[in-house]
Amino acid sequence: MKKVLLLILLSTAVHFTYAQDTSLLKDIEETLPVSEKVTGAFKSTRVINAHSVEMLSKRNLDFRILHRFGFVSDGIKQLFGLDAASMRMSFDYGITDNFTVGIGRSTFRKELDAFVKTRLLQQTKGTKEIPLSIVIAAGYTVHTEEYFDGKKPTVADRSAYYIQLVAGRKFNSKFSMQLSPIFVHTNVPFVITDDRKIFAMGGGARYKVSKRTALTLDYHHPFGELADNYTDPLSIGVDIETGGHVFQLHFSNATGMNERAYITQTTGNFFKGDMRLGFNLSRMFKVGKKRA
Amino acid sequence: MNFYILLFSLLLAVNDVTAQPKVFTKTGTISFKSKTALENIEAVNNKVLSVWDMASGTIEFSLLIKGFEFDRALMQEHFNENYMESDKYPKAVFKGVVENSKNVLLTSNNNYNLKVSGALTMHGVTKQINLPVTIKIKNGEANAMASFSIIPQDYNIKIPGLVADKINKKIDVLINVPAYKILATK
Repeated sequence: MKKVLLLILLSTAVHFTYAQDTSLLKDIEETLPVSEKVTGAFKSTRVINAHSVEMLSKRNLDFRILHRFGFVSDGIKQLFGLDAASMRMSFDYGITDNFTVGIGRSTFRKELDAFVKTRLLQQTKGTKEIPLSIVIAAGYTVHTEEYFDGKKPTVADRSAYYIQLVAGRKFNSKFSMQLSPIFVHTNVPFVITDDRKIFAMGGGARYKVSKRTALTLDYHHPFGELADNYTDPLSIGVDIETGGHVFQLHFSNATGMNERAYITQTTGNFFKGDMRLGFNLSRMFKVGKKRA
Repeated sequence: MNFYILLFSLLLAVNDVTAQPKVFTKTGTISFKSKTALENIEAVNNKVLSVWDMASGTIEFSLLIKGFEFDRALMQEHFNENYMESDKYPKAVFKGVVENSKNVLLTSNNNYNLKVSGALTMHGVTKQINLPVTIKIKNGEANAMASFSIIPQDYNIKIPGLVADKINKKIDVLINVPAYKILATK
C-alpha cells in the first residue's frame, strides 16, 4: 500500500511540473527591464511658437516654413489679414537624439536666429519612473533691418539672446502639458525704453482629438517693462499630421516667430480679434546613410 | 528500500531519454518590409523573446511593439502612435505548436523543415496562422528561420486613404532566432 501511495505521489509530482507551464515565457519575461521612454508628447519640436519638450532624432533634418498673416480684425479690405504675410524659414538638425541645432530667418525685422537645444531628462515609465522631460534651449538673434536715422547700429546693437527651460509631461496618450520659463536679453530694444532683460513664464499644451490631429495651446506672459502696445503672445491651433509633414494651423497674436520677437514684440489683443491666421509646415528629412 | 531507489532511478532515466530541453532566446529578430513604388518601409526588432518546449512542441514568441526600429524616427513614431497604438497594445504574442518537434535532436548537426501553427495576437486581435519553419542544428544550438505575410486590416490596423499607396497591402515578416539556448531554470 505504501508503495502504491508513493508511486501515485511521485507521478502526480511529475505531472505537476508540466501542468504549471501555462505560459512558457513567464520566467524569462520577468528578467527583462521594463522601463520605457515616454515618447511623442508633442507632434513637433515646437508647440506653436515655443520650443516643446520634443527633440529631433539623430540625423533628422526638419525644414520648417512658418507663415503669419495680418490681424483678422483688419477686416474685409485686407481679406481678414491674408493680404499681409510674414514668414520664417528654418533648418533644424538633430546631431544626436539629445542635441539639436537650428538656424532660421524671419522677414519680421529681417532677423536671423540660431539655437542649440539639449535634453536633460527624459520621461520614462516602468520600473524606473521619471515623471517629466526637461529640455533647455539657448539662442541668439540678430536683426539686419535698416535704420533711417543715419546712425548705423553695430552687430552688438542688433543682437539678442535667450535661454529657455522647458519641463513637460505626457499625462496620457492624448494630453501633454509643459511649462517654459524664458529669459530674453535684447541689447537695444525696438522701443528704447523697454527693459533689456525680460523674463517670461510660458505654458503649452496639446490634446489629441484623433490619431493624426491635435489641439494645441501656447502662451507666454512677460514680466518687466514693455511698451503699452505690447501684449502676451497667445496661440491656439491644430496640428495635422500627414506622413512626412506636420502641419500646424493656428490663430496667434504674435507676428514674430523667434523667441525675441514673440516674447518682446507681440501686439494686439487676441480676444478683440487681433489674431492672425498662421501655419507652420514641418518637413522631416533623414540625412546620411541607414542606421546600422 | 532498494525497490524505491530502483523506481526512482527508473523514473529519472525515463525522463532523461524522452525529455528534450526547453530552449529560449532573448535576442531573436523579427523584421518586416513593405515595398511600394513610392516608399520602402522597413523595421527590425532584435529583442524578441521566445521559448520552445521541444518535448511538447509548444512554442511562444513575444515582443514589444516599441522595440521595432525604423531608419526614420518619424516613421517609427507614426507606427507606434497611429497604426499599432503601442500604448494601448504594447506587445505582440504568438503561441503555437511545432509539428514533429520531438524529432529535432540537438545532439547532431542537421536541418529540419517543419510546420508551425498557432495564434498571433497583436493590436488586440488574435488570428490563427500557419507557417513553415527551417531549423538548423549546429553544435548543439538551434537556429530557426521563418517568414510569413500579414494583411494589416486583418488585425484592425487602419490605413488612411492618403497613405494607402505608400504601404503595401501585404507586409512581409521575417523571423530569425540565431541561437536557442537551453533554459537552465525550470
